Amino acid sequence: MITTLIRYFNLTFLTLLILVMLSFGLAYFFPGDPLTNLLGTDILPSQPILMLTSQQTNIFMQFWYYVQALLAGEWGVSFATGKPLYQDIMRLLPATLELSVYAVTVALLFGIPLGFLAGMNYHKKIDNIFMSSSMIMYSFPVFWLALLLILLISLQAQWLPMSGRLSLLFNVPHYSGFILVDILVSDIENKRFAFNNALQHLILPTLSVAFIAFAVFLRTTRRAVADVYQAQYIKSAQTRGLPATTIFFRHVLRNALLPVLPILAVQISTLVTNVMIVETIFSWPGIGDWLIQAIYERDYPAIRTGMLLVSVVVVIITMSLECISQLIDPTRDRFAYARR
Amino acid sequence: MSVLLDRLTSVYPPLALLLSALLMLSLGGCTDAKIDSSISGKAPAGVIYCSESNPSYFNPQLDTSSTTADVSAHQIYSRLLEFDPNTGRIQPGLASSWLVSDDGLTYTFQLRRNVKFHNTNYFTPTRNFNADDVIFSFQRWLDDAHPYHDVNNATYPYFSSLNLSKTIASIDRINGYRIEIKLFERDSSFLANLATDFAVILSQQYGEYLLVNQQPENIDFYPIGTGPFRFDEYRKNQFIRLLPHLEYWKDVDLADQLIYDITPSSSIRFAKLRTGECDSIAYPSQAEITIMQADPNIVVQEAPGLNVGFWAFNTAKAPFDRADVRRGLALAIDKNSILDAVYFNSASRARSLIPPSSWAYNTDIKEINYNPMRARELLDKAGIPKGFRMTIWAMPVVRAYNPDAERMAQLIKSYLAAVDIDATIVTYDWNTFRDKLSQGEHDSVLIGWSADNGDPDNFYRPLLSCDAIPSGTNRAMWCNPEFDALVNSAIKISDEDKRAILYAKANNMIAQEMPLLPIAHANRYQVKNAALQGLTINPYGSIRFEGVIKTLPEVQRP
Repeated sequence: MITTLIRYFNLTFLTLLILVMLSFGLAYFFPGDPLTNLLGTDILPSQPILMLTSQQTNIFMQFWYYVQALLAGEWGVSFATGKPLYQDIMRLLPATLELSVYAVTVALLFGIPLGFLAGMNYHKKIDNIFMSSSMIMYSFPVFWLALLLILLISLQAQWLPMSGRLSLLFNVPHYSGFILVDILVSDIENKRFAFNNALQHLILPTLSVAFIAFAVFLRTTRRAVADVYQAQYIKSAQTRGLPATTIFFRHVLRNALLPVLPILAVQISTLVTNVMIVETIFSWPGIGDWLIQAIYERDYPAIRTGMLLVSVVVVIITMSLECISQLIDPTRDRFAYARR
Repeated sequence: MSVLLDRLTSVYPPLALLLSALLMLSLGGCTDAKIDSSISGKAPAGVIYCSESNPSYFNPQLDTSSTTADVSAHQIYSRLLEFDPNTGRIQPGLASSWLVSDDGLTYTFQLRRNVKFHNTNYFTPTRNFNADDVIFSFQRWLDDAHPYHDVNNATYPYFSSLNLSKTIASIDRINGYRIEIKLFERDSSFLANLATDFAVILSQQYGEYLLVNQQPENIDFYPIGTGPFRFDEYRKNQFIRLLPHLEYWKDVDLADQLIYDITPSSSIRFAKLRTGECDSIAYPSQAEITIMQADPNIVVQEAPGLNVGFWAFNTAKAPFDRADVRRGLALAIDKNSILDAVYFNSASRARSLIPPSSWAYNTDIKEINYNPMRARELLDKAGIPKGFRMTIWAMPVVRAYNPDAERMAQLIKSYLAAVDIDATIVTYDWNTFRDKLSQGEHDSVLIGWSADNGDPDNFYRPLLSCDAIPSGTNRAMWCNPEFDALVNSAIKISDEDKRAILYAKANNMIAQEMPLLPIAHANRYQVKNAALQGLTINPYGSIRFEGVIKTLPEVQRP
């Protein structure tokens, strides 16, 4: 177990180091003065460590201070707003995380039970229906789905709003950045309306992101369940005359769930990409919308920092999920067998 | 079920947390209302206006872009004088009355008393509006040595395009509530200029406060004015929130809050108007006007506009510095089909710079007609080879005078191809676009002008005078001393008929020299939710939100 942890820690550390190096390199690859690209302005007295970076002549020392500045939260300022990037990003990142978390939750909540249903009815009618419909869902381009939802539900039926996280009429003070939490914590007088309003704004973006992830989870779970039911130990349990519910809860459930976790890890990067697209379409004030805006405006410090941060989040989540799934399912570790 | 849940949660405490979180999520508002009695009340009221872009400043002195003026000119600030939106006559604003001397050189303004500046979380005024504020606001752009003159690299484009700083001889304080402005020479459009969006009154006390705190640049980003709304919050690419100024000097209804929802795409603005997420939107697309008219919840207002959309040639660049080349190119363009395809017949064909509604409009103007054969002849004579390459710059934003510059550029490109001119369409984001135009990088540009007041001078001098080149409103870069003399002498005359004769001459000169080809005068449209009351089209400048309220109590819209 310790070796697994150490191995994953090393892997994560190296990946992050390469990412940081890449982001540092970006400042040099972008057109214009590298130091301005790094700082966002010529001089930046409020961020002393980043300033130190720009004063170094040796590129290794520059990188050394750059890493320190990153850790200290001195990420430079945006060309476009002249405001510190750290503040901007810390305000936006929760919005993106919020959307991702809800989407994954919805996808898991529906994908896994339905996957079990399909797996238990392997190659029967219900399974075929699920498989073909999930195939269609899986093939949906996310931007098209989002636009379709806006067209049908927002514009035609006028049931749900089409942009933002909350009607701008509500002035909810920033606390955690998670809008539902912020509303509950705040002391505005119309909390209930604000909460409902925020939920209404959440539905369409969450559905758009959850749609594809749902199809993936359904298919993975169904495959796993079907495989487990083919296994010898289930056959023997059945011959022993154990009731179907006992077999299901004692043998099938856990073993079938094991392959889902690594799939979740693989899905993270797809999910983040989809979240960024959906954010742009629904004007969701998250990091994706912001990053795409930054690309339009050629705001190099913002692009550099935004990309670094998004990739760091993806790497850390993916690596932790991989690591956890390895820990709870040692059979996945092929090398372990080879060594013994 | 619940027994099972209890057993599960006692075994795995984290599961309990997750389950309760999920429950909260799925049941949402309804359960919370029961749990917490403080969660009640009604949805907040306010007006949401979906604007098209980020303002560059919160001070229209610094920028002629209507995005800047829409947010600040009539919401945050007041002027000495105002236009009556219906008649265009000049009305008292912060100046309650004024006197013009017989020689037309001295203007005396009596200022309104008890006018309060905004009280915000970044500045608390301790005195009312008085003569010092007027002098401060004017000297900022007049006096090169004023401490605020160079703050934020301001160029004061409107004032410099009219050369106002060379018109005004002095501004003097007579007493706390009376000021006197002396001019070098008569200017019949002077009062109209004081009533435009740009002649706003800032707070002198705030200026001093910022100097002491060494943050003078904040004056254009954290504004303090006497207008109906005060600044609250701005998030780039997201929104601007203004709150009502409760001690506003006029007795009018004000919305509980005024929000600018920054939505660059015109189709998304339209969609938001339909879903009720916007109460009114900026620059409705011409193509969508018919759909909006059919929607019972949307009111479409229409008025003839004081604007002109044109195709300007960069006369500072060869070969466009020659009138025969410009005339040749202009002859190749069929304006009527552009009117159909780009304006959807919501505009009238432009024969000169000024629209037909102006008193200076003359009907006997010599107009150039579509004639590609003749165009090629002229171009041949001028020595423009077949396959000559040029650029057409199409502005990236929608304006009343040009709802779709890109499409217009495509049409013009195809017309030019018919006379063997190879045109390339160029576009940038709006701020870069204007910067590059000011540097004269273009061959020709599709752009236009919305007048800030009803005076015809507001078209001629800002668009084609020599002084307007550095201030960035003369996109043709055209400097003709004869033309300048003509329009300068026109403003010294107060008799409208005599002025009209001079403007007719100017029109003929433009038709002859063709620094720009006027294309259309667009009607102005304003669309709004039917529940929004009090919003009218302001032909003389940017949108006004004083007196605009939503009648129905905010219904919780899905």
